[in-house]
Amino acid sequence: MSRTTRAFWLFTGPFLIGLVVFVYIPIGWSLWLSFFEAKGTVTPTRFVGLSNYADMLSNGDFVHSLLVFTVFAAFIVPVTYAVSLGLALLVHRLRFMKAFFRSVFFLPTAVSYVAASLIWKMSIFQGLRFGLANTVMGWFGIHSVSWLASPHPPWYWLVIVSLRLWLQCGFYMILFLAALQSIPPHLYEAAAIDGAKSGWQTFRYITFPQLRATSVAVVLLLLIAAYQAFDEFYNLLGSGTTWGRTPLLYLYQVALGQNQDYGHGSAGALVLAVLICVVTLLQGRILGFGRGED
Amino acid sequence: MSAVSGPHRPSRRAILRSAGALAALGPLAACGNNNGRGGSSSGGGKSISQWYHQYGEKGTQQAAQKFAKAYKKADVSIQWVAGDYGSKLSAGLLSSSGPDVFEDQPNIQMVKAKQAVPLDDIVGPVKGDYLPADIASHTIDGKIYGVRMIDDPQFFYYRKSLFAKAGVQVPTTLDELIAAAAKLTNGKMKGVFLGNDLHGIAAPLVWSAGADTLTADHKPAYHTDAVVGGLKSLRTLWTSGHLLTGAPTDYTDPGSFLNELCAIQFCGMWAMPAILAKFPGDVGVFPFPKVGDAGKLSVYNGGWSAFVSSKAKDVDAAKAFVKWLWIDQTAYQKEWALNYGFHIPPRASIRSQATKLQSGVAADGVKLFNTYGHFDNPAFTPAMATALQAVLADSVRSGGDPGKALDKCDTTVNGQLKQLFG
Repeated sequence: MSRTTRAFWLFTGPFLIGLVVFVYIPIGWSLWLSFFEAKGTVTPTRFVGLSNYADMLSNGDFVHSLLVFTVFAAFIVPVTYAVSLGLALLVHRLRFMKAFFRSVFFLPTAVSYVAASLIWKMSIFQGLRFGLANTVMGWFGIHSVSWLASPHPPWYWLVIVSLRLWLQCGFYMILFLAALQSIPPHLYEAAAIDGAKSGWQTFRYITFPQLRATSVAVVLLLLIAAYQAFDEFYNLLGSGTTWGRTPLLYLYQVALGQNQDYGHGSAGALVLAVLICVVTLLQGRILGFGRGED
Repeated sequence: MSAVSGPHRPSRRAILRSAGALAALGPLAACGNNNGRGGSSSGGGKSISQWYHQYGEKGTQQAAQKFAKAYKKADVSIQWVAGDYGSKLSAGLLSSSGPDVFEDQPNIQMVKAKQAVPLDDIVGPVKGDYLPADIASHTIDGKIYGVRMIDDPQFFYYRKSLFAKAGVQVPTTLDELIAAAAKLTNGKMKGVFLGNDLHGIAAPLVWSAGADTLTADHKPAYHTDAVVGGLKSLRTLWTSGHLLTGAPTDYTDPGSFLNELCAIQFCGMWAMPAILAKFPGDVGVFPFPKVGDAGKLSVYNGGWSAFVSSKAKDVDAAKAFVKWLWIDQTAYQKEWALNYGFHIPPRASIRSQATKLQSGVAADGVKLFNTYGHFDNPAFTPAMATALQAVLADSVRSGGDPGKALDKCDTTVNGQLKQLFG
């Protein structure tokens, strides 16, 4: 084996093994499971054809969970996008303490969803009168709210959305900052000479179009992240709710909870995977992901 | 300089071959000893993995480890599983790297999926010493699965002084409980705590409404007008502001009661020592109150039992260990039932020595267990229980129509029953 081949294996080997063992084998296996009645076993024997798929697609709870995700994504993607971009623009304009603010806003990205969920649930949005939010509301004479107990009014969305924004915005802000820094200054100079006012006009006609490639990537990543939402929903709402269930949470309950219905769970997972692929491809087509700069 | 370009680029087949070879090495790495005792060779080289859910009472984990260490015929390692024990156990039972011996409640799904082995040969000789109801709930298709470790009745705890101050009598109907909660609620304390997601009271609500989870011939029995009425009453309690919701700990933990967040809490026998220590002489217990005119007082007699996995590395060794710990070692069984939380020993011979349970509030708890208790029905699987719990989420917490929520539950339960019993 030549040196370059050895080096190739040395560097790509571990990643490749991980990919095969933890991604491709499970995908193949769940494809196989989805055609079988697989209750309490991952080596089933009873072939049922497409009936698991038919069951999942006619299952009100699963379809509802797809709907929940759609509402969630329709809200969280633009909001995260706008907040991250806003933060990036603010930080980019700073003349001093830029590194400090960049770090401060980026820091939450390092926190795990589980840890953050526990802080949100046990401290900030705790349902008792001594939760942080309830304490603050108490100062103004507002009654305590049990944030996560019931779906009407849907306070739980406030908890979930605020958590996700706090965790995610910093990361996307960094992406936007990098893009902002790579916009050639001469464009702004040229615009100034042509009489463009700084502020909205330059943002609208120079900054925003220049951020197109980053924007497309950010929206794509946000959309996938929203599809895969699980951690905070699971940790904040627990397994006891019939609302606010994302597709992954529902599939977790079907396949990995005490039901152990791997056949239906796998069918649902593949439906979801296909959906993610289709949406991603469509979005790439519409927004032009990977297309060269004009 | 790129390693992937040029004549030495590895073929796709070579990549797959290498990936396969390395994947095959994976299981070897997983064979490492994980019992935390450094792989000592005492115990004749046999190793047994024993799983417990996380007991809340102080000292339980140490006791479990002490029992394991005392067994000389095999190396027993303890997995003390925090969090969602049911799900983790379900996943663990699929593979041979899961538990050899585990605790759980009996259910037919586990038997149909061939996850546990019958234990007639070890329980049989001492069968007469066990509560007949415990034997019945562990008998599936004529065979006994699982050795009952402890019985845990679940009921309400209340503070006598608070009841006296508010002029409240011990409630015997759900409406009385709701009225009592209103009187006991003040700025700092809610009247009653039923758990954050109400899961614990799903079955007691059904029994107290004079219904049952399933009929003897495996049909849904919970869908009655009285249960619908009970769900509607609970909805009024949910929105009344007199029910503790969003508490830091759930109903299985006495935290809310101990920290005076509520005057009444639904909990279990296990929490009694902690509660009595905090409020000596001020605590009483009562069963789940009647729901509707034909209602009956009820208590869920939960508990835990030791099972042997059919995927155990050595089924006979695992069985021998279960026999040793949960049948032969009566001193350990007594210690497990009485020294940490309180649990009712399922064996008459041990129960007769359980002096701690023979007086005061503990004796009242035992009385509720004996008088109003309902044991697990192994045909009512965890999936069905989850469907019934979803009824409370849909109707009580979410405010939906109880009848429709029960219809949805019927679909799930009937589907399960059809698969299990045809």
